[in-house]
Amino acid sequence: MSQPTTTKVYTAEPQLNHATALFAAMWRDLLSSRELAWRLLVRNISAMYRQTIFGYVWAFLPPLATSATFLFLKAGGVMDPGELAIPYPAYLLISTSLWALFADSVAAPLRLVATSRMMLIKINFPREALILASIGEVLFNFCIRFTIIFGAMLWFQIVPPSTVFLVPLGLLSLLLLGIMVGVLLTPIGLLFQDVSKVMPMLLNFWMLLTPVVYIGSNEGIRGELMRWNPVSPVLTVTRDWLTTGHTELLTPFLVISALALLLLFFGWLIYRIAMPHIIARLGG
Amino acid sequence: MSQDKPAGEVLVQAEHASKIFCRDLKKSLFYGVQDIACEFLGIKRASDPFAPPAEDGSDLRKKEFWASRDISFELRRGECLGLIGHNGAGKTTLLKMLNGLIKPDRGRIMMKGRVGALIALGAGFNPILTGRENIYVNGSVLGLSKSEIDAKFDDIVDFSGIPEFIDSPVQNYSSGMQVRLGFAIASSLSPDILLIDEVLAVGDFAFRNKCLKRIKEYLQEGGSAIFVSHNMAQVQSICTSCLYLDHGQIKMAGDTVNCINAYNEDLLGANEKSGTKTTNPDIELTSKITGRDGGPLRCLEPAQLTIEIDAAKDLPTCYASLVIFNLEQSQRLATITSEASKQTYPLKHGRTVITAELDNFNFMAGRYAIRTNLMETESGTRIANKGAETTPDYFNVDLSDNALDCQHQSLGDLLKFEAQWK
Repeated sequence: MSQPTTTKVYTAEPQLNHATALFAAMWRDLLSSRELAWRLLVRNISAMYRQTIFGYVWAFLPPLATSATFLFLKAGGVMDPGELAIPYPAYLLISTSLWALFADSVAAPLRLVATSRMMLIKINFPREALILASIGEVLFNFCIRFTIIFGAMLWFQIVPPSTVFLVPLGLLSLLLLGIMVGVLLTPIGLLFQDVSKVMPMLLNFWMLLTPVVYIGSNEGIRGELMRWNPVSPVLTVTRDWLTTGHTELLTPFLVISALALLLLFFGWLIYRIAMPHIIARLGG
Repeated sequence: MSQDKPAGEVLVQAEHASKIFCRDLKKSLFYGVQDIACEFLGIKRASDPFAPPAEDGSDLRKKEFWASRDISFELRRGECLGLIGHNGAGKTTLLKMLNGLIKPDRGRIMMKGRVGALIALGAGFNPILTGRENIYVNGSVLGLSKSEIDAKFDDIVDFSGIPEFIDSPVQNYSSGMQVRLGFAIASSLSPDILLIDEVLAVGDFAFRNKCLKRIKEYLQEGGSAIFVSHNMAQVQSICTSCLYLDHGQIKMAGDTVNCINAYNEDLLGANEKSGTKTTNPDIELTSKITGRDGGPLRCLEPAQLTIEIDAAKDLPTCYASLVIFNLEQSQRLATITSEASKQTYPLKHGRTVITAELDNFNFMAGRYAIRTNLMETESGTRIANKGAETTPDYFNVDLSDNALDCQHQSLGDLLKFEAQWK
């Protein structure tokens, strides 16, 4: 029998009354959840496509389908993508792949936490593991999808500029932004299923407010919305680093990334504090 | 807690632990959002979060109730605390608080050391993955590292007793096989505090026996456990002390046998209100099986059978017969009938009391149901039945303090016989 090393005390007091202890516990749990997160990730990835015929093709399909749709719309003269520095198909393939990284990051935390419901209400394990595992899943899917970007650049002979080594930073920022939104939505999404129902619609609409399938004008309400859309600068900067090498939105990119990091911490804090309350409400 | 044992180290301490639940789902979800917001903003809901709940319910919002109320106890190394009570008495709520899954709304809980919970066997099993893969996933969910699992892997497979299925997907497992694997994984954690909730209700006898043995070994090695079960024999054979919970509160604490007897008596009391109706509107009756002087009944001691009949008019002469069933009335166990000795009873208008004496009552401790039949002597036709379509009568056989009996009963024994071994 091992000697007791940890003593846990549960009371009705707000956990933030002992903020230092709470932050220490969060850090400790984050570290100790790595192995579990890895296990969950391996489990999810190996189970994800096991019962499908097309397997990993499903990771490619959403951005390809979106690209095809908009190519079709443009060919029909329904829409005008605006002035582009690279051929439109390449623009579409690269942008939709980047968008998919963001959209996936928004949806993944809630999806994974919700499917782990039975585990959550019956077993006490570091809850951080689920968030880490969802990040891993997003990254795994993106790695598969990166071949689309690579293929598009090769096919359309786009020579990467010297800024290409900054691209991982851009991808990280997109991931951070998405995970931040996802983690903030997770507690409320666990209590009310409305959140997961509205999510696909919201993300579709959000994509049209981001320069993914067209550049769009900066006028009117739409222009305002696009200006205040935090994903636009992050996605644009990443794409610029990848294709043209010069970007005008570096400052907003940095500000938004920093804010996202800060908000992610808040999201984590709320997620942790909320979990016992949510489990009490979801019952057994 | 038991006073006669050397005081071990206190591993679990609960002081006034209380939890509020809500009856209405929509309100419950809304309160949940409120509670999260309050906690995040550091707003206390109660002026003193360590005080016991107010008697008048002034701490509650609309539709809320105390699912667990003012629970205080201590658990030391080597001890096992049994939690008994009716469904909804707050046993699982208390376990969830002890496990840290939910926060108490009042009071304080201290848990010292590693906590293992046999609450959800197979929670986290992914049906598509194989048993082998699931051992690694589940092991790490329960806090084992990869090298620890590697070291225990053969043990786990061995204990589960299903090595030939270890590489097939868990979705092909029967529920019994999933329980086997789940128990094997969870019990390999060797925690300081083990929480066990009703997990031994499934699986076959041999496996249940193996599990009980494993838990006992664990307690001897200095672990401590909190055990929830509706099987009183299992509770008696494992637990060193007991909490009898009712409507979220402690109704009785301390000696296991006292708590179990109190719990059984309450069950009997609740059933006694069930009435005296039979299938014949002219006849009402009550059957009892008690000790010889009407006192408590024990296994292998003399017993007395009493049928009190109220007849609204004169009825033909009849035989009386009692059929004993298990509590759920799913299994017929024995028949005691006056037809065997051709003893008949005339039923006159008014009250008739029929009694019989039994030498050695072979049923072991527990609670049984009785169906009573009155049959016409001449034709053998039934004139009244109580228990098949109307509510039956019940009786209790009190617990024996014989450890061996207890062990046999926890494995499912119902009867005991005296033997002169030569």
